Amino acid sequence: MSSLAIPEPDAQILDRRDEIVRELRRIVPQRDCVVADEDGRRAFETDALTAYRQMPLAAVLPTTTEQISEVLKYCHRNKIKVVARGAGTSLCGGAMPLQDSIVVGVSKMNRVLDVSYENRTARLQTGITNLGISTHVTPDGFFYAPDPSSQLACTLAGNLAMNSGGAHCLKYGVTTNNVLGVKMVLMDGTIIEIGGEELDSPGYDLLGLIVGSEGQFGIITEATVRILRAAEGARPMLMGFDSVASAGDCVAGIIGSGIIPVAIEFMDKPAVRVCEEFAKAGYPLDVEALLIVEVEGSEEEIENLLARVTRIAKKFKPSVIRISQSPEESAAIWLGRKSAFGAIGRISDYYCMDGVIPLGRLAEVLVEISKICDRYGLQVSNIFHAGDGNLHPLILYNANDPVQVEKAEECGAEVLKLCVEVGGCLTGEHGVGIEKRDLMPFQYTQTDLIQQMRIKDVFDPDWLLNPAKVFPLEARTYQ
Amino acid sequence: MSDVICPGDEDELSAALAQAASEKRPLEIIGGGSKRDVGRPVQTAGRLSTEKLTGVTLYEPNELVIGAMAGTPLREIEKALAKNKQHLAFEPIDLGPLLGERPGQGSIGAVFATNLSGSRRIQVGGARDHLLGVRAVNGLGELFKSGGRVMKNVTGVDLCRGLSGSWGTLAVMSEVTMKVLPCPEATRTLLLRGLTDEVAVGAMCAAMGSPFELSATAHLHASCAAAMGMEGLARKGQTVTALRLENFASFLDYRAGRLGEKLSAFGKIAELDDEQSKDFWNAMRVLKFFDGGEGAVWRISVGPNKGAKLVAALSAHLDCRAVYDWSGGLIWVEVAPSRDAGATEVRRSIAEFGGHATLIRADAPVRAGLEVFQALDPAVATLTKRIKDSFDPAGILNPGRMYSDI
Repeated sequence: MSSLAIPEPDAQILDRRDEIVRELRRIVPQRDCVVADEDGRRAFETDALTAYRQMPLAAVLPTTTEQISEVLKYCHRNKIKVVARGAGTSLCGGAMPLQDSIVVGVSKMNRVLDVSYENRTARLQTGITNLGISTHVTPDGFFYAPDPSSQLACTLAGNLAMNSGGAHCLKYGVTTNNVLGVKMVLMDGTIIEIGGEELDSPGYDLLGLIVGSEGQFGIITEATVRILRAAEGARPMLMGFDSVASAGDCVAGIIGSGIIPVAIEFMDKPAVRVCEEFAKAGYPLDVEALLIVEVEGSEEEIENLLARVTRIAKKFKPSVIRISQSPEESAAIWLGRKSAFGAIGRISDYYCMDGVIPLGRLAEVLVEISKICDRYGLQVSNIFHAGDGNLHPLILYNANDPVQVEKAEECGAEVLKLCVEVGGCLTGEHGVGIEKRDLMPFQYTQTDLIQQMRIKDVFDPDWLLNPAKVFPLEARTYQ
Repeated sequence: MSDVICPGDEDELSAALAQAASEKRPLEIIGGGSKRDVGRPVQTAGRLSTEKLTGVTLYEPNELVIGAMAGTPLREIEKALAKNKQHLAFEPIDLGPLLGERPGQGSIGAVFATNLSGSRRIQVGGARDHLLGVRAVNGLGELFKSGGRVMKNVTGVDLCRGLSGSWGTLAVMSEVTMKVLPCPEATRTLLLRGLTDEVAVGAMCAAMGSPFELSATAHLHASCAAAMGMEGLARKGQTVTALRLENFASFLDYRAGRLGEKLSAFGKIAELDDEQSKDFWNAMRVLKFFDGGEGAVWRISVGPNKGAKLVAALSAHLDCRAVYDWSGGLIWVEVAPSRDAGATEVRRSIAEFGGHATLIRADAPVRAGLEVFQALDPAVATLTKRIKDSFDPAGILNPGRMYSDI
């Protein structure tokens, strides 16, 4: 995929690369913290949207907030663009650098600074992985709620930048609902602290503006997040349906009944097949659609909730209902779902969509997506968080075939436009990045975008942070 | 106070604000007016009210979403939701009675503009966490939208959160869309009596750290418990600590039992049944615990484990009484009337224990003479001013309501 315009690099900045690397080494003198050789830099040229690649001038991996402040001050003075990076798992090119930018990675800042079980908060350096947070507090019965599929690798920094979600967000909310405070470095090097262990902050909700700002406003180096006490137990069940529409209706039926499960995940037939092959989760292979519904509570409560869900589901005539019988089976069921993207990646290149739709339009939209993909002669596999209407159609294509590449991108754009047309949005948890940048005018008017860009101006007046992302290039002429 | 502008639709709202901007004529922005006496007094010749921007614009119970024009009274939204056994889970508080107004006058727009969340905030998030979409007009008269009607949305800068808690100083909301949740089938409240603040916060934190999904925890000083006016609640001179469980009725026996065991070391546990629980927590929503009081009222947000120390420090210098909500993270304090409403001591305690404080009730001259909202760090104050300018460069929207320069 290569149809998105990338601004021409600034030749003068490119010419100064050696000097820039020298200065970065002066600011961050520790060994292996400035990556300047070609092989090393290659690790930073893309993220999980691998179709777009740009070799940065250098990557710097500071070990303190103060170092990041010094790096940004230097870049600000010299008008050098900066792209912040967590683990580089962004699916929308959010961490892709530009040739005339440096990458500032937070991966070496990954410590747990403080945990308070009284206040149910954890203060962390943002290079910690998402799973690392939960792993740290699990022995005491707690967890950090947002759980993106990439949680083994992705960092809290990336989660904050993209306002990441995950399968269990149906009950517990996304990143912005689970963060209480941040320490952030602005582009001019100013270090600001917002919020803390309190449940709200004084003044404007800057935290709300910052979370999900896709590395456009600053680099977050520390954060205080809420940690929650885990339920006594949790158990998933599988429900198979002969039609996608029945599965969709069943989701609406469950939500409308007054039960909010922890998660309701949807997989269509192609996805089920691939994931089963990968994870041996015992998924039924002869169904058109599969739902994974998870509930939690005490053993008795789980039985009760699963019985309630089953009662509702039966109205929609599932061909299979199977309740997990053991922790191992539960783990396998989730392994299949959480490794879905990887499993499909083994058989084909794919383009992962992230649109959100009103739940009531689910069945109809899935049919329409199939038609769109048929029209482009591309296969689609649907795996998504059904409870909150967050679709992840995976459009399969061959990355080595330029015609297919172009088709996949166009097909994806049509799918996302469809999501907006039915009352939804372009992205529910992956972010806009570079991938959906040029689709923004389908969801927002120029006035809407201008108000957003004015906030960008507040935080980063020179537009040096994560350039060429989020806002269509032509929309920026508003001033 | 002269004319009140009451736009009937978004076009009229845009036109009114564009004109005010061109004339550099500041406006006080109000919804139902129930919170007019909070904040620094706004001294403008004109006023703009959203009272004619009313009506539910969308309600899909099966999708857990409702939308309404910003001037719609909150009580109408709640009535519509109740028909489907749904509610705004963050149980917005009603400051009206505390400020000498009738209850139930607030508008839905103001709920989000002030981000005042009730006791369930600790479990389900605050008002700002339930705002899915907003349409609003900025101080230039430009209509813009952010978010939408779906449950997840990370498309672009999150202006929904940006407008939450901005007290009408950034834009006038015309329409809001929010997430709703099913009402719990049943409610029970465990009570502990006579605990000191420190021990009570310990009990609340222990309860929140259990797997029984408490939806609220509060601790009331004895006189506050008495002011709740519930028979059998208060015992002479004893504090009351209340812990709320909500779920399917069949789950609550187990949960209440297990929680009771866990908290048995804190003393004898009493219980409020479903109806009594609802009465108690509804009274919390209108801050009934300060009924009859005439002192200044502060709202203090602090790390739960520091709350009791903060109140103890205050009590050493001020005649005050307190109610802890949010497991100790939110403290309502009433102090005896004085020239500075106790601000010096409150600010000193905040400096020592962290958190922030807002003066909620005090006479206008008192509010005009001090920082009603917590002063911001210089770097954050600079950003705040620039954000204000990005929405309202002419400074026409509620000037001075939050801070003197915004």
